[in-house]
Amino acid sequence: MLETIVSALPDLMVANAAPLLVVVPLILAGICVFTPNGRTAWGLTILGSVSSFLCALILLLQVGTYGVVSYHLGGFAPPLGIEFRVDGLNVLFLLLVTGMGVLAAVFSWPTVAAEIRVEKHRLFYAAHLICFTGLAGVAITGDAFNLFVFLEISSISTYVLVALGGTRDRRALPAAFNYLIMGTIGATFFVIGVGFLYAATGTLNMVDMAERLAVIDAGNRAVVAGFAFIMVGLGVKAAIWPLHQWLPNAYAYAPSFVTMFLSATATKVAIYAVVRFGFTVFAPEYTFETLNITYVFGPLAMIAMLVCSFQAVFQTDMRRMLAYSSVAQVGYMLLGIAIGTSAGLSAGLFHLVNHGLMKGALFMAVAGVVLTYQGTRISDFAGLGRAAPLTMTAFAIAGLSLIGMPLTAGFQSKWYLLQAMLDGGWGLAAVVVVASSFLAVIYMGRVLQAVFFQAPVNPRKIRREAPALLLIPLWGLTLATLYIGVQADWVIDLVQAAAQASFVPGGGIR
Amino acid sequence: MSPEALILTVLFIPLLTVMAIFVVKSIPDLREAATLMGAISLFGAVIWLVAGLGNGPVELVLGQAAPGLVFAFKLEPLGALFALVASGLWIINSFYSIGYMRGNRERNQTRFYICFALALFGAMGVAMAGNLFTLFVFYEVLTLSTYPLVAHKGDANAQRGAQIYLMTLLGTSIGLFLVAVVWTSSLGGSLDFVPGGLLAGKIGPVEASILLLLFAFGIGKAALMPFHFWLPNAMVAPTPVSALLHAVAVVKAGVFAILKVAIYIFGADLLSTTPATDWVLGVACFTIIVSSLIALTKDNLKARLAYSTIGQLAYVTAGAMLANEAGFLGGSMQIAAHAMGKITLFMCAGAIYVATGLTNISDMRGLGKRMPWVFGAFFVASLSIIGVPPLAGGWPKFQLLLGAFEGGHGYVAWVLLFSSLLNIAYLLPIPILGLMPPKGTPDPAPYKRPEGAPRFVVMAPVVTAAGTLVLFFLMGQIADFLAPAMGGI
Repeated sequence: MLETIVSALPDLMVANAAPLLVVVPLILAGICVFTPNGRTAWGLTILGSVSSFLCALILLLQVGTYGVVSYHLGGFAPPLGIEFRVDGLNVLFLLLVTGMGVLAAVFSWPTVAAEIRVEKHRLFYAAHLICFTGLAGVAITGDAFNLFVFLEISSISTYVLVALGGTRDRRALPAAFNYLIMGTIGATFFVIGVGFLYAATGTLNMVDMAERLAVIDAGNRAVVAGFAFIMVGLGVKAAIWPLHQWLPNAYAYAPSFVTMFLSATATKVAIYAVVRFGFTVFAPEYTFETLNITYVFGPLAMIAMLVCSFQAVFQTDMRRMLAYSSVAQVGYMLLGIAIGTSAGLSAGLFHLVNHGLMKGALFMAVAGVVLTYQGTRISDFAGLGRAAPLTMTAFAIAGLSLIGMPLTAGFQSKWYLLQAMLDGGWGLAAVVVVASSFLAVIYMGRVLQAVFFQAPVNPRKIRREAPALLLIPLWGLTLATLYIGVQADWVIDLVQAAAQASFVPGGGIR
Repeated sequence: MSPEALILTVLFIPLLTVMAIFVVKSIPDLREAATLMGAISLFGAVIWLVAGLGNGPVELVLGQAAPGLVFAFKLEPLGALFALVASGLWIINSFYSIGYMRGNRERNQTRFYICFALALFGAMGVAMAGNLFTLFVFYEVLTLSTYPLVAHKGDANAQRGAQIYLMTLLGTSIGLFLVAVVWTSSLGGSLDFVPGGLLAGKIGPVEASILLLLFAFGIGKAALMPFHFWLPNAMVAPTPVSALLHAVAVVKAGVFAILKVAIYIFGADLLSTTPATDWVLGVACFTIIVSSLIALTKDNLKARLAYSTIGQLAYVTAGAMLANEAGFLGGSMQIAAHAMGKITLFMCAGAIYVATGLTNISDMRGLGKRMPWVFGAFFVASLSIIGVPPLAGGWPKFQLLLGAFEGGHGYVAWVLLFSSLLNIAYLLPIPILGLMPPKGTPDPAPYKRPEGAPRFVVMAPVVTAAGTLVLFFLMGQIADFLAPAMGGI
């Protein structure tokens, strides 16, 4: 089927999929500013996301055929020129980011129209497209400094997007400022780390860097310092415990659409960068044997899974609860990465994809409630199962997936994670996975009980289903969750290919 | 129809029933007709399927969810017995439900019937599961679909009970059962049910012990102490739910899973050399005695029956842990015999409640004169639970005694004997004092409905009480039927 879709696309697009994936949304972002109204900007956003998604599909096919797709920007050959480089690992993230981008773009209009002031619609969409470009750029680039640039492009536009939640709730402004400070420190750490590596290797191209790092003495202080700075800097972006403090407030007060899009993509892309540096730029032997990163990531991941799940139990605001749950779920992914085996990494990546789908669905459903009921407290959700059955059924399915119920995607990835733990002799980690799942039963169970079995608190408020534009992508994600729950072969193929590519120095052969 | 197609049919009938109920939800008579049609056709399909079992095992692989996780169904004698019991009693229980729900003017009846059919879907899946993964999936379907039934009343009490129900069952299944399943796949290389035991010869005594404890306590539906408290809490559900689900489908799915694990995952040889087998057997015996003692103290009829169920379920677990043919056979027979007896007792309790609103045993003295059929059925079913021949409950106890002596666990025989005495003490006074109250007992409360219990509500327990008698004479055939499954030893 993929071949048919790709063969129907213009040759120019197929030949230049890598740059077009990034350039088209960037140019459309500029055009958005000059459009007459928000609705046109929305149309351009959909156009940009769809075009990037099609490019990602083309790249998937090409990576399947050639192993690695490399594009030299401006015709300058690497290592001097900037290279866009797609292998099994990042094509997965390109698909996730652009795919979620399409669904998010479709769903955005009703909630943006309701939450953002009319005169800012165009600018809002421009900022979103820039953020989208940045995230896709991080995932596609083969150059360490270029990765920093794209990371900053996405971060700075994210600060703006979060701050726009101030129209609805003024607390969005301190949340955005907080995020700005934390995010900038993280980015600075990252760029310092890249600087150290540049000093040690004299190159910024990641494949080249990997080759040169391989022959540098393992005790080189500049390299160790560079590694540490990079991981801490990315840790902030990925919301690895305890660097996650910016996340709960940013998710709770940002516009609904922004929360949904960021939760499904932003932290995921940062985790991609962690994998990219931890496995391919630095060799896995260096990361896991010389530096023993397992004993840093492993405990942090387990603490996140327990502490943040526990915090989620006591939240009164739905979006804060889901935000804490997100930090805990980052722990699952990090735990998979921390084992340092191919099985562990694929389990972590599998959970990452699934989490993107189900958290996206959960935040979409919450956005629907914000739209129709104007509330995000958990008590506001009481009795909504009867008033908005379609929205809430999707919410319930995604919630069950978060818990890890069989027949949902969440079960599959938890299964793989548990199996990787038990095969690797990590009994304690398996216990933590299980304990964290149990906490998820409590915090999601509490919400689902309120939704389906409690009487509404304020029955006089208007109750209705979310608009169709919201329901269609919401159910798209929900059905995907169910589909992966019963038939996950293709996702597992993708994540296993990604994990394999991660164990090739530099990520695939040039 | 080919056996493979029949397996699919058995799975689809409950789902079709759900759809039919949903379509005609606004017409109560049609809605109930849909349930009855579903129940009858399901039983028919199961019989058809089981009748063809003589031609060899029936297998169906639906496809894999992911590498190593295969949806597979395989009907073997033990599962066939469970499927027959659950689907057959669903018919009687559906008649009973209709009378009960209408007689009590319960609300949300559509949700009730839909969830009931979904629960049967789960039970059929558990019964026919071809590997541990499929069994686990349907085990969870059963948990989730019965939660709304427990919470049915919707008041604070029902919500609390339902919360405990869900938390205990999900907590044990995710926290212990799931770990055991994943670990089994890691140690055994697959999750298939293998005659003689998948793990036999593959693991040492320490791993086997940990794994067995994870299974025994993780399968929370088997209600082994200390994870038994969900069952009394689930009694807030309407009585038809307690009758079919918490005496037959849900709890039996638990002990059925334990038997399957014992027979096909561990196998008798591995089980008898695993140290933890004796511990679990001890816990089961403890559960048998203690739950019966607690039952003695309960004045609420449904609570007493719930504790009685906990004790009777532990018989099956004990049978599995005896790790010999007689023990396995006794445990399997107990699934059928106890189902028939306990559903009768619960339906009687419901009949009394619909007619008079009474829930406490102390208020029921002398009520038997007005409800002779109900109390008569209660009496017969009590005798069956106690184990008096010629009623069904006699066989499993006999087999378990044999198994206990054969396995060299003499103390289990004393536990069984003492338990029977306790059963007499907490069950028999109810019908006897109901039918023959001591002189001077004040007349019990009048009917809250002038016409008494609806006809369906009275007839259903009488039919199942007669069933305990019939089952006694069928038990020999059932034993022959089950023998190949136990023969893998």
